[in-house]
Amino acid sequence: MRLFKQNVITFISLMFFWILLTGLDIQELIAGSVIALTLTIFFPKSSALFPEFKLSFNSMINFIMFVFVFSFELIKSNVDVALRVVHPKIPINPGIVKVKTKLKSRLGRVMLANSITLTPGTLTVETDGEDYYIHWIDVSSRDIETATRKIVAKFEKYLEVCYG
Amino acid sequence: MMELIGGIITFLGAIFLFLGSLGILRMPDVYNRMQAGTKATTLGSILFFMGICFMESQWIGKLVLLILFIIFTNPVSSHALARAAHKAGIKLADQSVMDELAAKKGEIDD
Repeated sequence: MRLFKQNVITFISLMFFWILLTGLDIQELIAGSVIALTLTIFFPKSSALFPEFKLSFNSMINFIMFVFVFSFELIKSNVDVALRVVHPKIPINPGIVKVKTKLKSRLGRVMLANSITLTPGTLTVETDGEDYYIHWIDVSSRDIETATRKIVAKFEKYLEVCYG
Repeated sequence: MMELIGGIITFLGAIFLFLGSLGILRMPDVYNRMQAGTKATTLGSILFFMGICFMESQWIGKLVLLILFIIFTNPVSSHALARAAHKAGIKLADQSVMDELAAKKGEIDD
């Protein structure tokens, strides 16, 4: 039953991408659904797109919140980096710090690492289990807890509900 | 009117792309360059595509797809580059204050 539900999600997401690419033409829809169905039937495990996403109302709300926080941070980070670049002295204080995450699932960790890379002044250099090594353009604290609170916490609380 | 809005958004995107390339020129080491090269180009490209959405409304589906792919792949590729640079032993710039990753590698070597 679980596999069936996963297959339905895979099929719907494949069709979603297909429709985004080709538009709502009846011939395209038929061809796309045949291919999506074939892929879903023959590769049920490897084609599961979001196997660890928990489908519930609460996680949806959190995911939408995450998207908002993420967009805001993305804009903030761009303005931040742009200001540093055009500043005549280039005010940077870089270094690689270590932070820890509470997330367990693989997809959640990928999402977290990606969000860290796209937020102000941080770039994920290496991950090792629950440890992330992050290049920080302006190191303001050297110890793990403070750095974790400053870099990770704002995304982690949303992702934890969605992916666990 | 839509053309004008689209043009303004596309122009903003172009400014961010320009600042990103300026950052790649001005930053002192590879990691700081990655910072400028990742963030500014992500938002720059997103704004670029959003601007085109306003100008050519029949392309919205494809452009949304492109934006999604850029959001997912851009940080992954820059992470891979930074990781490879660190594995290859490229040093941080002189004004860097700390390097936990090198410390961890040192522990393994001992």
